[in-house]
Order: sequence, then structure tokens, then C-alpha cells
Amino acid sequence: METQQQLDDFQARIDAGEKIEPKDWMPERYREQIIRMGSQHAHSEIVGMLPEGNWISRAPSLKRKLVLLAKVQDEAGHGLYLYSAIETLGVRRSELIDQYLYGNAKYSSIFNYPTLSYADVCVIGWLVDGAAIVNQTKLAHSSYGPYARANLRICKEESFHKKQGYEMVAKLAEGTPAQRKMVQSAVDRFWWPTLMMFGPNDSNSPNSAELLKWQVKLNTNDELRQHFVDRVVMEAEAVGLTLPDPDLKFNEETGHWEFGEIPWDEFWDVVKGNGVMNRERIKSRRKAHEDGAWVREAAQAYARKKNLSREKAS
Amino acid sequence: MSENNEKDWPLWEVFYQPKNGKPYEHAGSLHASDAENALQNARDVYARRNEGIGIWVVPSDQITASTPEDMGSFFDPASDKPYRHPQFYSVPRAVKKRS
Ligand SMILES: [Fe+2]
Ligand SMILES: [Fe+2]
Repeated sequence: METQQQLDDFQARIDAGEKIEPKDWMPERYREQIIRMGSQHAHSEIVGMLPEGNWISRAPSLKRKLVLLAKVQDEAGHGLYLYSAIETLGVRRSELIDQYLYGNAKYSSIFNYPTLSYADVCVIGWLVDGAAIVNQTKLAHSSYGPYARANLRICKEESFHKKQGYEMVAKLAEGTPAQRKMVQSAVDRFWWPTLMMFGPNDSNSPNSAELLKWQVKLNTNDELRQHFVDRVVMEAEAVGLTLPDPDLKFNEETGHWEFGEIPWDEFWDVVKGNGVMNRERIKSRRKAHEDGAWVREAAQAYARKKNLSREKAS
Repeated sequence: MSENNEKDWPLWEVFYQPKNGKPYEHAGSLHASDAENALQNARDVYARRNEGIGIWVVPSDQITASTPEDMGSFFDPASDKPYRHPQFYSVPRAVKKRS
């Protein structure tokens, strides 16, 4: 049983800005929330490799192939940092992976959109990684120590992801008419799904209050989204691209860019599994996992054999 | 099919030395089948950008750690010995100015 005293002491630690470490006392609900949010984050990094991985062999030059390969490898790393942070709460890696391959664990719906052209990959770097940076920079101050540290490590790598994307976006935007068209089309398709990455509006986000109270996250969805929009509007202008929102306008009083209504029906539809790529993504991940089973087993068998011969020798 | 009962590879804690002369730091953990595999994975997961010039991997279950409940009593002996700190001592004024 959790006593009120324990809960109050815990809250006092949070309010004092202390980090919670794996063996510290914590409310069961806090533990659940970290596992839920952190593993969703981890799954997203792993699934996030697919839309871009799809273009590694078709990137336009050796340089761009190398860049994309390095970026996608980083995303695998991000997934692993996060899984290892979540495992400190006593949940097993295989359990987490099982929940998303065969259960109903969620990952960011942005990765359920297809990448139709190479420009999509560039725009993903610019917008999707750009949005991820806004989120993760804040999560690096999350109250759960291992999760905060994993995010800090991630942040050190993300600026390369965004910069390589924005650089390519700028190149395409000043390229041939066909290239301009291609990159504008990518922006048109990814703009709204990127804004959805920050999650539902605050008025519609049931987990938010608890997450904020415990400083698992430090800003509301709408605050982070606004922060992102304010930045991207300037970046789009700088390369002469149009964001597909006729309601986008600067509010002199607030100093923020106001934007139109996000198509939430589409968001919930994709969350429910009806996006263009939902089935395909899970299918690819399952196949990769299952095709790799023999490697995992072989490595384990090899380790056992080595242990045995070492024991014999001694 | 689900592989829920498949056992995870053992867990390892990873430490790296960021630069020559610096102490090793904890990076995080990873799963690996054996020590050699753990070292290679540690390089790929935690040192893709020369974060370290040396890596240690230690089986996580081999680490003995203090517990948060210990915190008070375990570290107590240090808290009533201010004479272990230089601030405990006074120095003639003339000397103080120069340091
Ligand atoms: Fe990432
Ligand atoms: Fe990224």
C-alpha cells in the first residue's frame, strides 16, 4: 500500500527538482507511466528506421547514402538507450518488444505514413527530427534519472539528423522545377502529421496532468507544438517553401504563429491502426525480429559452449 | 508467433573513458550473449562518435550497489567530520590574502 506520507514525500522530491533513480521509492502509477511513455518512445525510434531505411539504397549519391545510413543507425541506438532506461524499472526487454510486435503497444503515428520520394526523407529529417528535438530536449530534464539521461544522449545526436535534412530541403528548394515540386509535395504531406507528433490538444490529453505533476514531462503538448511551429515558419520562409495552412498568421500580441485546426480525425484513425502503413510497418518489424531469431539463438549457444569449455579448463 | 518465453541475452553495464586521463563513466546498459559480443555492441551503441577511447562491460548482476534505504545510516559516518575539509581550519590573515 502506498501511504499518503510516501506520496507526499515523493512529490516533495519532484518539486525540489530531484531525480528519481531505479531503486528509489516511487508510486506504482509513476512506474507504469514511465514504462508506458518510455517504451512508446523506444518503439517509435525502432519503427522510425523503416520509412528512411527504405531509401538508403536509392539516395542520390554515395555521400547521401552514408549520411542516411548513419542517421538510421543512430535511430536504432536511440531505441536501445531508451529500452535500457526503461528496463531499470524491472521490466524485461523481451516483454517490451513482445508488446509492440504482438500486443497493442503504441508508437508515434508519424511513422505510419509512406515515404514516396527521396524528398520525403529530407523533409522527415527537417520536420520530424526537428519536432523530436523539441520534445526530447525537454525530456532530457524528466524526473526519472535513467530516462532523462537517455534523452540527453539522444539530443546530442539529433541536431545532425535535422541539419542533414534541412540542408537537403534547401538544396531541392533551389533546384530544378521538378525538385522544387517534389520537396513542396513532401512538405504538404508531412506538415500536419508532424504537428500531430506532439499529441492531442491539452484539453484532450488524459495522461498529461499526471505526467506534468510528476515532471515526467515538463511541458504540455500544445506548448511544445507552438514552440515548434514558431521555429519552423522561419525555416520554411528561408528556403521559400510554403507550409500548407492558409490560417497560419503571426500574432503581434502573443509573439506566436497561430495555425489552423489539426485534422484530428485522421490522427485518431492512424492511432487506431488504419494509417496507410500501419500493417506494413508491423509486418516488417515482425519479419526482422523473427528472421533474426536464429542469430540470437546461435550467439547464445556459442556463449554456452565457451562457458562450458572454460569451466572444464579450470 | 510470440517469443515471450525466449530468454533475453544477459544484461551488461557499459562504462567508457571519454579521453585519455579521464575516469570511466557509466554510459548505460545493453544485452549481449557474452563479453566479447557485449564489447562490440557497446562500441556500436555507445561510441559511434568517439565518445570513448576505452570501454568496460560488466555483467549487471555482478554489481553490488548501496540501496536508497541505506542512504542515511550508510553515509552517516562522513557527515559529522567537518575536520576533513579545509574550511574547518583558520589561517593567519596575511597568508589568507595571498591564497
Ligand atoms: Fe531518434
Ligand atoms: Fe533522429
